[in-house]
Amino acid sequence: MTYLYLFSIAIIVLSFFKSKEKTFEGFKVAWKKFKKILPSFTKMLIAISIILYLIPGSVISKYLGGSNLVTGTFLGSIFGSITILPGFVAFPLSSVLVDKGVSYTAVASFTTTLMLVGIITFPVEKEYFGWKLSLTRNIVSYIICIIISIAVGIFYGELII
Amino acid sequence: MSREKIINISLVSVYFLFLIYSYISDFQVGIEIGGNFFDFVKSMLMILPIAFILIGLFEVWVDRKTVEKYFGEASGFRGYVWAIILSSTTVGGAYVAFPVAHALHKKGAKLSIVLTYIGSSALTRIPMTIFEASFLGLKFSIIRLLVSIPLVLISSVFIGNLFKNKIRA
Repeated sequence: MTYLYLFSIAIIVLSFFKSKEKTFEGFKVAWKKFKKILPSFTKMLIAISIILYLIPGSVISKYLGGSNLVTGTFLGSIFGSITILPGFVAFPLSSVLVDKGVSYTAVASFTTTLMLVGIITFPVEKEYFGWKLSLTRNIVSYIICIIISIAVGIFYGELII
Repeated sequence: MSREKIINISLVSVYFLFLIYSYISDFQVGIEIGGNFFDFVKSMLMILPIAFILIGLFEVWVDRKTVEKYFGEASGFRGYVWAIILSSTTVGGAYVAFPVAHALHKKGAKLSIVLTYIGSSALTRIPMTIFEASFLGLKFSIIRLLVSIPLVLISSVFIGNLFKNKIRA
């Protein structure tokens, strides 16, 4: 994070020295783009705040903990698709799940869908790439996540084929 | 004002009125939802302004030819490799990757390479992967990375070809 700030400041200073006008033009472009996407961001944040209230970590842990491999993996993928959690919350939660006896397969389906499938980020994605492409990307990503979970299951010996 | 705009504004107002009401009357449900909202606003405010400024500077300084050379139709396999390397350094989440991907696409990056960037920024971000490995074990992260990167590549090429002529940047 600190590196990002240092890097960005360096870039801004460099840009400023090369051309003041172009730098301000860049700021203007940034502001215009930000303003354009702000409504979608607001909608996304509202959805996140409500979903996180309805499905807190304890609920995820309760449902994944009490299920068998297939149900757990399926539920994990559903929770992962509809919620959004920063890594510093998601991975500690996952390691608690593993300690509780939840399979690595189910944990993989939860963490990968969390990252790759975004129902909540859909309004933002749609704004940039249109709903058809966004929908296709999310469906294909969901399938990818299931394949990854199956692979994890095989490597951990939880899934025998 | 369009109909969509009116609906949006009313939804957002209802939401904030609900939060204000909850804070005044000490309604726990609303207070918790409000807490979640401001937590996320805070973490986004740490990243988004910087991300958008960098995108803005990218738009004015980097010319189309450079983007086309590294990420365009003629970049070949190297374009995908660059996209994965670039994505592994992305911070934040999908909400940062989308505007960056869009900026690249607008400057002439090939759609399937842009999709590779989005997919792999979800899966290969270095700080996130380190975090994952420390909680779930290195074995878990390695299996996940090795399986996910080829899948992201294949699917991006597939979706990219499907939408090639339908999406205009």
